[in-house]
Amino acid sequence: MRALVNPTFVMRWSTRAVPWLGGLTLLLVAAGLYLALIASPPDYQQGDSVRIMYVHVPAAWMALFCYTCMAAASAAGLVWRSPIADLAAQATAPVGAAFTFIALVTGSLWGKPMWGTWWVWDARLTSVLILQFLYFGFIALSHAFDDPARGQRAAAVLALVGFVNVPIIKFSVDWWSTLHQPASVVRLDGPSIHPSMLAPLLVMAIAFTCYYVWLLLVRLQSEILNGKIRALRLRQAHG
Amino acid sequence: MLAAIGAIIGRDLRLALRQGLDSLLAVVFFVLACVLFPFGVGPAPETLARIAAGVLWVAALLAALLSLERLFQADYEDGSLDLLALGPAPLPAIAAAKIAAHWLTTSVPLIAAAPVLALILNLPPAAFSSLVLALVLGTPTLSLIGGVGAALVLGARRGGVLLALLVLPLYIPVLIFGVAAVGASQIGLAVQPHLFMLAALLLVALVLAPWAAGAALRQALD
Repeated sequence: MRALVNPTFVMRWSTRAVPWLGGLTLLLVAAGLYLALIASPPDYQQGDSVRIMYVHVPAAWMALFCYTCMAAASAAGLVWRSPIADLAAQATAPVGAAFTFIALVTGSLWGKPMWGTWWVWDARLTSVLILQFLYFGFIALSHAFDDPARGQRAAAVLALVGFVNVPIIKFSVDWWSTLHQPASVVRLDGPSIHPSMLAPLLVMAIAFTCYYVWLLLVRLQSEILNGKIRALRLRQAHG
Repeated sequence: MLAAIGAIIGRDLRLALRQGLDSLLAVVFFVLACVLFPFGVGPAPETLARIAAGVLWVAALLAALLSLERLFQADYEDGSLDLLALGPAPLPAIAAAKIAAHWLTTSVPLIAAAPVLALILNLPPAAFSSLVLALVLGTPTLSLIGGVGAALVLGARRGGVLLALLVLPLYIPVLIFGVAAVGASQIGLAVQPHLFMLAALLLVALVLAPWAAGAALRQALD
């Protein structure tokens, strides 16, 4: 735990991990895309448009996963005053916002042929839209102050407040009878989705997760280096 | 501690009374925003009756938002917030007291004005009681959530716009159930489930928001 908050340790460890993670991500994305677009069967009702699922569902999972990571890092940053945790939350926010955006856009593209509309105001879609605004709010708030540390701490409180939305998104399809279909992979009685579609979905999900960790480490490194440059400049300016 | 909370609420109410117009501005905004809609969508009574609940709620929400920026700002700028923090009450209690005063000075006049505006907007009289009940249960939640936002943007550049970005997404659940309560009474369905949801939201906000606002105030005062 102590080692994790030490920038030098994070730097050394992540420099070693980044190339491996990058290679793994590319490999998994290639395999996942092959499985999803070529090897898996078309749906008996939806035809080929079901292939949107292999991007849409992992992106939506990642949107929630990134927010959870961001909230956890924010909590750690507030409790232990750890700069690395603050930086991790900062580095996660744009990635999570992008995943949310991808989930919304692919969902809209999938909704047009299947539901006959780009957008409906159902509980799942609305709560994910709120998630998107929470990400935007987090990013805007963390850059709104002249003192970056103050912005990071304010944004951390916001991330924790906004966390109430995460269980709402997860359970929105069960609590309200919605157009969006209920969970079909993570269920108590096992996945209701056929293995030939589950396999590419899971490969894509792991690929997306690796991509997130890869980006997170790269962004963390650049943030740490940025901090060092700022400190050096300050020291230069003060002579 | 209770005495300190009471003192803060009393001070804010006295300030609001003596500054008179300032706290009335939110109500004036509320009235004006509602009056714009008949011009925007046309004065046909049945159209107005259908959108009245939504218009009233959205206008109430924006009016509450408008007054939020000043919630902690003045005290933060002149240093009274530092003094309050040094006093016997913990920061969450201070935040709760300020939020309570905000609700009393902005939302209560708003609730009083709502039936009159509902009349202008041709809302069926049968729905009046549910509108007022929903506002009574919903607006404290708006003040509580808004209090967290107002504490977060203390000292930020362009805090007002930022506040809207932070707070409005979190207002959506209140808006949904508030409008649903009025809508249900308009078509003769049960109003209670929606009121219960509003009450549940209020209870959750009542427990969590003062802590979050207190934490945000601590960051601002550091």
